[in-house]
Order: sequence, then C-alpha cells, then structure tokens
Amino acid sequence: MKITRAEVEHVARLARLELTDAELDTFTGQMDGILAYVEKLNALDTDGIVPTSHAVPMENAFRADEPTGSIGVENALANAPQRAESFFRVPKVIE
Amino acid sequence: MEIFDLTIHELHDKLKAKEVSSVEATRAMLDRIEAVDGQVNAYITVTPEQALVEAEAADRRIAAGDIAPLTGIPMGLKDIFITKGIRTTCGSRILENFVPPYDGTAVAKLKEQGAVIVGKLNQDEFAMGSSNESSYFGPVKNPWNLECTPGGSSGGSAAAIAARTATATLGTDTGGSIRQPASHCSCVGVKPTYGRVSRYGVIAYASSLDQVGPLTRDVTDAALLLGAVAGYDPKDSTSVNTPVPDYLAGLKSGGKGLKIGLPKQYFIEGLDPDVKRAMDEAIALYKSLGAELREVSLPHTEYAVATYYLIATAEASSNLARYDGVRFGHRADEIRGLKEMYAKTRAEGFGSEVKRRIMLGTYALSSGYYDAYYVKAQKVRTLIMQDFLNAFNEVDVLLTPIAPTPPFKIGEKLADPLQMYLSDIFTIPVNLAGTCGISIPAGFSAAGLPIGLQLIGKPFGEATILSTAYAFEQETQWHLKKAPL
Repeated sequence: MKITRAEVEHVARLARLELTDAELDTFTGQMDGILAYVEKLNALDTDGIVPTSHAVPMENAFRADEPTGSIGVENALANAPQRAESFFRVPKVIE
Repeated sequence: MEIFDLTIHELHDKLKAKEVSSVEATRAMLDRIEAVDGQVNAYITVTPEQALVEAEAADRRIAAGDIAPLTGIPMGLKDIFITKGIRTTCGSRILENFVPPYDGTAVAKLKEQGAVIVGKLNQDEFAMGSSNESSYFGPVKNPWNLECTPGGSSGGSAAAIAARTATATLGTDTGGSIRQPASHCSCVGVKPTYGRVSRYGVIAYASSLDQVGPLTRDVTDAALLLGAVAGYDPKDSTSVNTPVPDYLAGLKSGGKGLKIGLPKQYFIEGLDPDVKRAMDEAIALYKSLGAELREVSLPHTEYAVATYYLIATAEASSNLARYDGVRFGHRADEIRGLKEMYAKTRAEGFGSEVKRRIMLGTYALSSGYYDAYYVKAQKVRTLIMQDFLNAFNEVDVLLTPIAPTPPFKIGEKLADPLQMYLSDIFTIPVNLAGTCGISIPAGFSAAGLPIGLQLIGKPFGEATILSTAYAFEQETQWHLKKAPL
C-alpha cells in the first residue's frame, strides 16, 4: 500500500475537504493505484538535473509601481455569499 | 450551405459583401442551438439577448466600413473564460451562480474586433478531464455519435464546432484539452506555446501548463483566431513579449522541403488500427508533397503522464484553495464555524474528479513527500523538455497521433481514473515542454468516428505548424465532412 485510509483522511483535512466514508474508501484505492503508477519516475536517475517550474525562460515580470483603478467595493461584493455593509460576512473565526 | 455551416472567413466575406448581416447570422446560430443542443449539451449558458445587441453593433460597424476578421462572427467560449455580466461556471457547482465583474484579455480582444458571443460552452469541471463527463452540467455528446464522448476538457467547444452551433470557439489546453476534443470531433484545435496567449481572466487549473487556443472548422480560421487573441499582456506575468507573426500570410508556405520527425515512442504496439492507418496515410501524403520524414526519439515519453499528474494536481490544489465560500461561489448552509464552512462548501461544490486531483496534489506537496513526488516530477519535466529540444535540432515539425483510440463511449472509462489519464499520453508532453501543437482532421474509423493528426512545433513555431497543417488540409477532404445532426 502506497497510502492508507488514515493518510487519505489527513490529506483531506489539509485540503479542507469533508469526505464521506464511501469517498474515503474510493479515494484510498484510486490514489493508491495512481501513486503506484507514478513510482515509475524513480526508475530515472535525476541527480544533478535542475527542476523545471516554468517552461519558458523568463526573468521577473515587473511593472511601474503606480496606482491603477480597481473593480470597486460593490463589484467585489456582488458575488459574496453573505455580506454586511462593505464586508464579507463569515462565521466566527475565533473558537 | 446554411449560414451556420460557414467558416469564419466565408462568413466574413458574406458580411463584407453585405450578402448577410450579423443579426441574420447570429439568429441562424441561435436557432441552430435551439434545434440541436438538446441532443449535444455543448452549451451551459446561451446569451441570445446580449448576442443580438452585439450583432446589431457589429452591423453598424460594418455599415460604416469598419470590419475586422471577427466582426459580426457568432462565437462560443469555454465556460472557463471570465465574461463580464455573463455567468461563468467552469463546469462546477461551486461557481453555478458566479457572474464576473470583468472580461479576461482574450475575451476583450474578441469583443474589440466585434465578435458576437452566443454563449458559454460545457467542459470538464475546472478543465479536469478527457471526456467532458466531469461537468456538473452533464456530459457533452459527440455530434458524430451521440453515445460517445467528444473528448475533454474543452468538449463543449469542439462539439459546438461539429454540431455547427458556433462558427468558432475558444478553449484551453493543460494536457491536451483543446487538441484531443478537436481530434474526437473532427475539427482544428491549436494549443499555442506557453505564454503566447494571455491567461488573464481564465480560471486557473495548472498555471505552468494552461494555454488558451482556438477550435475551428479549418486551418485558415485557426490562423485568424489565434492571431486575434495572441500577444503580450502586461496583466499576465507569464505572457511573453514577442511579436505575433501574420499567421494567415504564412499559411501557404508549408510542405515542400520540410523536415518532419516521427517520434518512435508515439507509434507503439497497441495503437488502434484505424488510428495507425490514418497516420500512415498522412505520412504518405506529406512524402508526396516533398517533405522529408525521419524517425526521431523522445526517450522520456513514457514518464510524461506520471509527471503531469503530479505537477498539474499540485498546482491545482493550490489554485483551487480560493474556493472557500468566503468571497464568491457556493457556500454550504448550516455551518458551525469557519473550518466547517470551508470543508462542507468544498465537499458540496466540487465533483469527484476535482476532489481526487486536489487530494493528489495536496499529498504531493505535503511535508515529507514534496521532494519525492513534486520536485522529482519537475526534474523529469526538464528531461522531457530536453527531448523536444534535441528532436528540434534535427527536424522542423513532429507528426504524431492525438489519441491512441477514436472517441470512446460515455461511461466507458469512468470507473478507472488511471485508464482515463493514460489516454492523454500523446498530448501531455507538449504542455510539459511548453511548446505548441495542432490537431487536424485526418480520417475516420471503420465505425465512422473522427481521427485527428497532431503536428508539434518548436516554441513559438505556430506559423510552421499552421502552414504544415494547411498543406495537409489542401490535399484532403476530411475537414469538409459534416456530423450527421
């Protein structure tokens, strides 16, 4: 086994995903199979190989630090599930 | 020949000659959507009122003698493109009622030319899939055979071309999501070089792989549409500031004297016999046109799928952290506290394929596994990129199949995600290498299902793959066949 049900449960907590028992069972089996498949990368010697995070060689993309327009408070709040005045309303943060 | 059958350039000529108005063309397309989309399910949202307003504006512009290649052309957009005032779902319940406050750059460029947006197209949820079966809004049916998938994730974009419910469409390609559905629906699909088209206003899946590109009826249209959306955009920090060639002007320069590479790892045992026959015919055709064909090797091809499913899922797990129920999108009811809100909202809002990929990516980035999985995959990505650079020292273009088989049946691969992932083996390496590829219609299976041909170019070699594709198209009739709808 590459991954146990308990590890899948832990990953779900990290990913902020509430999974049902059935989903945990299914994902444990499927992730185990996929992780076993990706093991094939270990057959390659990659010592000294530089990792690629970006396919096109680029330097930093800077722009002038000048204020520009924004979408405004009403537009920003237009899709809010809940709002209060000009704020996003969420359940109490402090436990 | 109906108005909805026309290519961009054919409709443009009629608009310019005042033989037809944009309002007439748009009405014809909306009627066509009404007539056949119930069978295909290519559209998530149709926007008739806005489309007719845009068409009237286009007609006024044409009357004033101001017509660009896309003025008045009815187009559909994959629902991954942010559109001001038009619901944008990305195929997900979590964005079911999301109405963006701005247009992305590609959409803004289409609107600048006066294109008419008739609606938003179905797709795999968050562009994660190869069959368009992970959409919250139901699967898309392949117009060539309604029991088959159109491919994915831009399945709606390809199916709309085949069903003739859009003159042209835009899609996105992270691991083959333009090219594979284009192949399965017998249309032309271009995955440009990474950084060629702005990703600003495109909902992110895997940021180092995602690219925007056209799906069209023929290569000329692909050149037109790519030219319209390509170019540097200061709003996208990965946009590349290099001039956009006139793709249309260079179309007729392909074929003779060209060196075409055949990567031996793509012509393997197990390739569907119909696909193999189509490839053999294409190779013979290019030889007859005076191209020089030779075998090349891309030795790390077999590692591409594993590399992709670590890198893409890692990036996705990070990108999809923004869907938390706070600022936009779905929020779960009856929650006690913030953590529960996050977990329940995401559980309700995401489908199983998206959850699976978030889980894989979270695992690959988690403490203790980061180097073993994520960094290892990034190193193998370097080797895959080097394979392409080496091959392009010998040849101008690579010719390969797009998919190992013709379109498969809806439901056929749903139970085994790994089998579904492996079907992208011929398209994924192009994304990892960041280079460009095109899919063009190259024949049909014995069962009458479309087969596509892939041409892969050097980075920023879009003009070469387009002209090479055009040379093939001039000698074949595949692109002229219509799906029986």
